[in-house]
Amino acid sequence: MKFPIYLDNHATTPMDPRVLESMLPYFIEKFGNAASRNHAFGWAAEEGVETARKQIAKLIHADAKEIVFTSGATESNNLALKGVVEMYHEKGDHIITSSTEHRAVLDTAKTLEAKRGVKVTYLPVDKFGMVKPEDVRAAITDKTILISVMFANNEIGTINPIKEIGKIAKEKGILFHCDATQGVGKVPVDVQDMGIDLMSFSAHKMYGPKGVGALYVRKKNPRVRIAAQMDGGGHERGMRSGTLPVPLIVGFGKACELCEQEMAADATRLAAMRDRLHTTITNALEEVYLNGHPTERLPHNLNISFAYVEGESLLMGCKEIALSSGSACTSATLEPSYVLRALGVGAELAHSSIRFGLGRFTLDEEVDYAAKKIIETVTKLREMSPLYEMAKEGIDLKTVQWAAH
Amino acid sequence: MAYSEKVVDHFNNPRNMGSFKKEEEGVGTGIVGAPECGDVMKLQIKVQNDTIVDAKFKTFGCGSAIASSSLATEWLKGKTVEEAGKIKNTDIVQELNLPPVKIHCSVLAEDAIKAALADYQKKADTK
Repeated sequence: MKFPIYLDNHATTPMDPRVLESMLPYFIEKFGNAASRNHAFGWAAEEGVETARKQIAKLIHADAKEIVFTSGATESNNLALKGVVEMYHEKGDHIITSSTEHRAVLDTAKTLEAKRGVKVTYLPVDKFGMVKPEDVRAAITDKTILISVMFANNEIGTINPIKEIGKIAKEKGILFHCDATQGVGKVPVDVQDMGIDLMSFSAHKMYGPKGVGALYVRKKNPRVRIAAQMDGGGHERGMRSGTLPVPLIVGFGKACELCEQEMAADATRLAAMRDRLHTTITNALEEVYLNGHPTERLPHNLNISFAYVEGESLLMGCKEIALSSGSACTSATLEPSYVLRALGVGAELAHSSIRFGLGRFTLDEEVDYAAKKIIETVTKLREMSPLYEMAKEGIDLKTVQWAAH
Repeated sequence: MAYSEKVVDHFNNPRNMGSFKKEEEGVGTGIVGAPECGDVMKLQIKVQNDTIVDAKFKTFGCGSAIASSSLATEWLKGKTVEEAGKIKNTDIVQELNLPPVKIHCSVLAEDAIKAALADYQKKADTK
């Protein structure tokens, strides 16, 4: 076993060596500009890009022409929201999204509120972090032009009822954007079946390279139009100018092809591994709480709170394992995770949360080591915790008058 | 964020971790912070003839909060009550090389010292 152990696959994934291999010819031999129409260098690059476009489209059941390359999911989310608002502003000025979206959606929505006077509804989620389709329906007005709901949450792994939301959007004639960054390549995503009109996703979350992503833009039923957010050479059907990063796109395509072939087996293996990790921990420790949905969640995600132990100190005690915490101390804002707070998780348990993100290259022994180490560290830190001591003395911590600082 | 060597050392080898009985004679207890803010410190001193002969802590919080309180107990031992009241959070910041975002940990440790001293005084006065 090699250290440190990587269990933070929601942040990014290592590249699959097969992806790297597919990219290599496009740096030095086939270095051409895919937009160069009149020589062999351009044709070779274009061929690489078009193959990738097909591989990517196939994974999400789209047409290759519906894939618009971007620098990543953040750009895709910006392009989708800003592009739709600019294109359809005469039709309406209201968009619906949810309170647990990634910051790339939430902050884009806030910018649109502040700069373009757009009205935004931030839907609440249930205690498992799920958006309720009936809430989406109830929020729709005759001014609604876009619904943007994420496929699966990056912290808690909860998968939203996308197909039902897609159905409502279609019925009401409203465009539906889905930030599927955490879902694509991990679980089946089908833009046709799910009624998705625009979809953001990124290569580096699915064993591809960093720096490339895509926005799926539906071409028919309905034909979706978006206003470009960058001026330039009119690449990508005029929706996103800029010379295509051919090696990255080729790698993205290969990553999608591999996910299509291996996703089902990966998901089964990782879900079993994740469940074993969860069971080992809950069998050894009391007061461990699962955050997110018990069943409707990404197969490789586990998010749990350890009462009486602060998340950052837990990470510090397990420094040979790469993990993430919803603790305020791990964020720049000193606020605990807004996602956990939106589910109604108390601030003290939000501070105590740890996210495990398993991946294609995670080994059984790594997960077993992580479980052992977490159990040891939580036990040690609880011995050190005045809250644990008080709870053991039978003091109800909720009745204590704390001096907030 | 990288931690200073001293923070890591206190975190891995906390000094004087534990508890005294609150009602024991000469013991002053300070509990500061709040669970929803992500840190709670309990600091206790044991005073004999105006000198702190022993100190203990328990902390719920990040590594820097644990290190700040662990360091505080080290510094408290052997000091008179008056000297203990002069420990400043800035001394802790300097000793542990705390970055700006962790200064509140040192403030909390200073508050905990003050609270423990006040509790000791209150008990001594009502005797």
